[in-house]
Amino acid sequence: MKRTIKLGLGAALALSVSATAVLAENVKIAFIDPLSGPFATTGTNGLAEFQFAAEELVNKKGGVLGGTNFEVIGLDNKMDGKESLINLQVAIDQGVHYIVQGNSSGIAHALTEAVNKHNRRNPDSQVLFLNYSAVDPALTNEKCNFWHFRFDANADIKMDALTDVIVQNDAINKVYLIGQDYSFGKAVAAAAERDLGAKKNTVEIVGNELHPIGKVKDFTPYARKIVASGADAVITGNWGSDMVGLGKAIIEAGFKGPIYTYYAASNGITRTFGEAGAGTINLVGEGSINPSSSPEVDEYIAAFEAKYPDHDIAQPRIVNVIRMLAMAIDEAGTATDVAKVASALEGMEADNFWGGKIKMREQDHQAIQDVYVMQQTAGVKHTLDNSEFGLETVVKVENASADMPTTCEMERP
Amino acid sequence: MDLVVINLIDGLFYGLLLFMLSSGLTLIFSMMGVLNFAHASFYMLGAYFAYQISMYLGFWMGLLIAPLIVGIAGAGVERYGLRRVHQYGHVPELIFTFGLALLIEELVKFFWGNNLMAYQEPEILKFALFSVGANAVPAYKVFMIFTSIAIFVGLLYVLTRTRVGMIIQAALSYPRTVEALGHNVPLVFMGVFGVGTALAGVAGVLAGPVLGTFPGMAFVLGSIVFVTIVIGGLGSLWGALAASLLLGWLTTFAASSSFQFADLLNFFGMTRPEDMSESYLRDLWSLTLPQIGPILPYILMVLILVFRPYGLFGKRDV
Repeated sequence: MKRTIKLGLGAALALSVSATAVLAENVKIAFIDPLSGPFATTGTNGLAEFQFAAEELVNKKGGVLGGTNFEVIGLDNKMDGKESLINLQVAIDQGVHYIVQGNSSGIAHALTEAVNKHNRRNPDSQVLFLNYSAVDPALTNEKCNFWHFRFDANADIKMDALTDVIVQNDAINKVYLIGQDYSFGKAVAAAAERDLGAKKNTVEIVGNELHPIGKVKDFTPYARKIVASGADAVITGNWGSDMVGLGKAIIEAGFKGPIYTYYAASNGITRTFGEAGAGTINLVGEGSINPSSSPEVDEYIAAFEAKYPDHDIAQPRIVNVIRMLAMAIDEAGTATDVAKVASALEGMEADNFWGGKIKMREQDHQAIQDVYVMQQTAGVKHTLDNSEFGLETVVKVENASADMPTTCEMERP
Repeated sequence: MDLVVINLIDGLFYGLLLFMLSSGLTLIFSMMGVLNFAHASFYMLGAYFAYQISMYLGFWMGLLIAPLIVGIAGAGVERYGLRRVHQYGHVPELIFTFGLALLIEELVKFFWGNNLMAYQEPEILKFALFSVGANAVPAYKVFMIFTSIAIFVGLLYVLTRTRVGMIIQAALSYPRTVEALGHNVPLVFMGVFGVGTALAGVAGVLAGPVLGTFPGMAFVLGSIVFVTIVIGGLGSLWGALAASLLLGWLTTFAASSSFQFADLLNFFGMTRPEDMSESYLRDLWSLTLPQIGPILPYILMVLILVFRPYGLFGKRDV
């Protein structure tokens, strides 16, 4: 009797020890983005993409460092800067070395600064900031630091690719710029004006307009002005309901040309535009899934949709974050000494999961990859929003803006 | 010229939409003396219910059934919510409707999620009826304009030409006397509240496909409806109509104008400073009218409150 108890106790102890050992070994990645409130859809979708990518592309393939798993922890920042900094502290206290964030460049600025400060003061518990979506160019220019890596193409790179497409199209002679009245909307308009002026000064900008963000009830008057201006194409950085309201009003007003956007897909937007958006709504972004680059991609998307029927692969770059982080950890031979991991990550060239190559540029930690201009269309293989519509590649710009200058002066530890 | 004509049509459309919302609110306010913060939430409910119904029975059944459900829900809120809170005074009533607005928004998010709903206008009305210059006018908007006008005429007829209307009007001004004459005033209140919210529901059903069906739609339109009834004069149907059209045209023309405040400053003989960062007018130099268009109704409201606190057509003080 006594012996059985002893044996049982011993076994339990051994089990618990091994269990904690396994838990401690997991490479934890803290996902700091809105999981509640008005922007929760984007956040929960991103978290699902991260968790799926970690499970499928790392854990099921044997993990990193010969058997360590990735674990993605969702932390709700309620789209608030202060809340994000608290989340960062919570993550650090839990022994997390990698944080990912993407929604809002404002929050990314707060985080990159906090991470930089923390790493300087606490060399024992340093963290890396893997930015998967905040596109303010400043983050990899004047505000860059060694601990920040951006996997999305920044706003300037996207505009560079977009304007390349516009100047090659002889049917487009007049362009109308319209956007939300805040830093990103202004940045898009400024970049468009600069790039179009430099590339082809015969393209006339017939309107440059900002509207209050989230306040416009009816976009029809703006649409009327666009039609009356005789524009051949519209460029906008709008997102959310401002994007849908503007797009629908422009199409209904009888506008026939292309509408070039940054964020007009998924989260109900593709479905709402439906037939009216087909052939009109264009989107510039990294990673196109129609046509897909390999059967592996097709399988991956099908498995994702099967597991998360309400979500889409809306941010393809997330897969590259997970894959490149795993490669960097393996190369560095450690998951806890993030300075080594960061050194492995900078300058890394890898196969882009969505086709082509991806390179993490050394001097500013900006990923250089193929950028696509895609169009909403019916009858594609991988649709969005459970509708019959999806995005299909129109033009691919290979290694977009690989030689774009940067003002980043990075201090390395 | 084309732009002026098309703006007149668009302004009419937007103004009539505002009217459908404000007519119900103005009646409720003048009758119960309570600002119904949840009014725009009933507008949102109308859109969501109609979307759900249109998935199974098509758009037209949605237009018919959704406002009925919203009206019944509104009457229920009055009967079992507001009437109980009423005895504690106006402030608890105000807080009650405010809480209700938050509750409805959370419920909508709970059942339908944060995403935009793909609520579409019916296929039969999906074409451009006519064009002014290059600008097309969708048939659906014209349909909306005529529906709103029909509702206004119907409402006006009921309120001024029928017995029910007379009792309502009397109950508006002298509720005690009307009660003493043997009329069931609480029932009248409940009816008015129900019809008012049903009107908001109709507005939601009609506006959902055009302005988008999403959880923030009530918030976006909520404040402007209050502005409308204050400008129009509380309790006045004609006032609500006039103010709605005024605001509709005001915001439409402001948004489509290309007026720059720099022109105004030049007119007064000022020159654009070389170094903007030093100029205390730097914001004004780069400001355009479309940028501040959505604030104009609020400025107008303040002016009305200062110079004519009764509103355009109102008889009572705010």
